[in-house]
Amino acid sequence: MIIISSSETASIRTEQDVARLLHRIKAVAADTGLGTVSQTKLMTAASELARNMLFYANEGVSYLEQISQGTKVGIRLTFIDHGPGIPDVDLAMQDGYTTNPQSLGLGLPGARRLVNEFAIISTVGKGTTVTVITWKL
Amino acid sequence: MEKIPILRMGPFLLVTIQVDLYDRLALNLEADLIETVHKTGARGVLIDISAVSIVDSFMGRILGNIAGMSRILDAQTVVVGMQPAVAITLIELGLPLKGIHTALNVEKGIEKLRATIPPDDEETDDDYYFQ
Repeated sequence: MIIISSSETASIRTEQDVARLLHRIKAVAADTGLGTVSQTKLMTAASELARNMLFYANEGVSYLEQISQGTKVGIRLTFIDHGPGIPDVDLAMQDGYTTNPQSLGLGLPGARRLVNEFAIISTVGKGTTVTVITWKL
Repeated sequence: MEKIPILRMGPFLLVTIQVDLYDRLALNLEADLIETVHKTGARGVLIDISAVSIVDSFMGRILGNIAGMSRILDAQTVVVGMQPAVAITLIELGLPLKGIHTALNVEKGIEKLRATIPPDDEETDDDYYFQ
């Protein structure tokens, strides 16, 4: 069972909102005891996911939570948007696949490699929710 | 509009990124740098990212663009001072920054740039001034 010990939410509408979120992630991750490499990976994953949200859905909401499960502690981030959704999630998770000509197509698959747990639920016409967890190892 | 200063050091341009770049600022830097390479005939661009705590795929693409565009204008780009955690993250992200020269610090970056240009070619038109 996952226990949530702190939670904060933010709406993501601009690049500056993303920058603010990354600063908060750094502070909370450091407070949780994550090392520099884990912090950097988590912030980079968050940057990719928040950027996707802005590009495809124009806006969304982020949740930043300190969690524990048994003796493990970690950070869980959730990104929720009500954008167009992803028709083929398996395809979107492949390296280099993108519908944005300005992108390298590394956002989703790259973010998955940077965290310990990754989940994505997307419904066309309803939106997309991505959840990632980084545990303190 | 907020800008990242571009310093001139002989035949090279030096940019120190002190803040985490947001998109608009990064795109401005890309345009300013290429414009300055063109105007000054600079032979090298040195980008110091020692104060940058994350490089995501957007930022990586900008760095790649700067290197590629500069190369077409006959200038080499060296990215220096990358934090170890950033290097680890870039590889796992799947962004090995191919085609971008790197060096541990500014000094080594300058050495690397000097090695790429012939000695008699270091003179550029020094009467050119820019902000």
